Amino acid sequence: MPEVRTSKTPVVPPQEASESTATLLRELVSHLRQNRTQLRQEWAHRITEAKLLTAMSADEIFTEATAVYDQYVEALETGTFEALQAYARNLSERIIPRGVEIHEVVGIVLLLRDVLARSLFAKYQGDFAKLNRILDAYEPAANRIANTVAVGFVQERERIIREQQEAIRELSTPVLQVRERLLILPIIGVIDPQRARQLTEQLLRGIRTNRAKVVVIDITGVAAMDSQIANHLVQTVEASRLLGATVIVTGLSPEIAQTLVNIGVDLGKMSTVGDLQGGIEGAERLLGYKVVPIKEQGPNT
Amino acid sequence: MAVPILKQGPYLIATIQSALTDADLVQLRDALVGKVGSYRSSGVIVDVTALDVLDSFASRTLRDLAHMIRLRGAETVIVGIQPEVAFTMVRLGLTLEGVATALELEEGLFYLAQKLHSARQEG
Amino acid sequence: MDDVRVPISSDVDLVRARERGRTLAGELGFQQGDLTLVATAISELARNIVRYARRGEIVLHPIEDGGVPGIVIIARDEGPGIIDVNRAMEQGYSTSGGLGMGLPGVRRIMDKFEIVSEIGRGTVVTVTKWKR
Repeated sequence: MPEVRTSKTPVVPPQEASESTATLLRELVSHLRQNRTQLRQEWAHRITEAKLLTAMSADEIFTEATAVYDQYVEALETGTFEALQAYARNLSERIIPRGVEIHEVVGIVLLLRDVLARSLFAKYQGDFAKLNRILDAYEPAANRIANTVAVGFVQERERIIREQQEAIRELSTPVLQVRERLLILPIIGVIDPQRARQLTEQLLRGIRTNRAKVVVIDITGVAAMDSQIANHLVQTVEASRLLGATVIVTGLSPEIAQTLVNIGVDLGKMSTVGDLQGGIEGAERLLGYKVVPIKEQGPNT
Repeated sequence: MAVPILKQGPYLIATIQSALTDADLVQLRDALVGKVGSYRSSGVIVDVTALDVLDSFASRTLRDLAHMIRLRGAETVIVGIQPEVAFTMVRLGLTLEGVATALELEEGLFYLAQKLHSARQEG
Repeated sequence: MDDVRVPISSDVDLVRARERGRTLAGELGFQQGDLTLVATAISELARNIVRYARRGEIVLHPIEDGGVPGIVIIARDEGPGIIDVNRAMEQGYSTSGGLGMGLPGVRRIMDKFEIVSEIGRGTVVTVTKWKR
């Protein structure tokens, strides 16, 4: 689990910042504000030239460039990065579905850093000592900004991937109603803790919405499970019972049977049947169904 | 807040309406254990649909309630445990062992009717 | 979002504390199942306060890490303290004749669990749950 961290730390804590750094940053910010139109245009031009953000139109690039430029200057001025961070996430959310890649995002922020640095060179080339001091103030802030934007992009992409994984998981384990009040949950493949939890939640909701009385969980397609997952299976059986449904587990491999015995599962709490067919037959008996072949029925039916 | 207890034929039905304090739960337990005798009821249904938390104290009180009522000669069914609540309970190790459960009120009535029926056949 | 403080001195406060926790976790975007976990954990922690220390407080503190919100629940009392914390964390151990499910159960359903107890000074239990 991630540790608690706060993103509110300014680049240079204000109380420790020497007066000159603060003054220099102010001077820098006012320079960037005065030359906003020209620098922004220069940047947009460099983006197109470097063939970055090809998925976006020139107009779109210019609009985003303007917003990023302003956020950039504001972050330099205030030393806080929350607004920029929020914007970076929001921007990422919009451009990721269009196929914009991380190298493009990092590329454009580095280009902006270069464009601004050049303009500082141009302005202070007569006074080398001052240029040095200005760059000392500018560079750490600029690097932190580039970092913030890149991290924002990556986090957003990770979030999207997580969401997609979630969707795939949900598709991969259907809760099937085969008869009134009888659900089947066929589990295939590897079960990790996250999938196990999702399975349980889906099953419990399914029991409620389908008013199921009996559930057959078939794990023929699961080769092995560790004790954590085995415990989870037992918990699922118990939770289903609390909702009023009986669970029959079918298709236990020899390995899984061994795991269950090793963790000391209370067999009184879990009913198991060799295969899915046997499980369904058992479920039908519990529900009071009797399946009879057609030829054994009377001639009029 | 007291839980209303409704007498319906041979059964007592207690429908919990909102979150209960520990004292409310104990009061409910005592009221049901008392009334099951005075009304000569054969079954008790406790509907917990409205509860969004069933922690260790609530689970233990419900379990004790069911066991006391069995000792008084009647059956108890707990109905309406929500899916999220059920999963949280088992993760805490609270499984209401030896207590009958059903999806909702109707199922609970059906369960008690069956119990009563088979008891009569045996007797 | 601000911290939520709920003073605990009776079983009525316990209901209020878990409702506040559920609301806060809901505002942070927690899923339905996790709202129940948060509310139940608060219920157990607050009951321990009422049972062993008579009074104390529950503090609900929203946090964030890398865009993932979480909730920190702090249960603080100035009661007698726990003599053997390790034993208190064992399933089935209880000094008050309860089920003894409280603390070990809470640890199982939360992502992070810390307990500091000093004899005669009180107990602070801090648990964290992240949104998933």
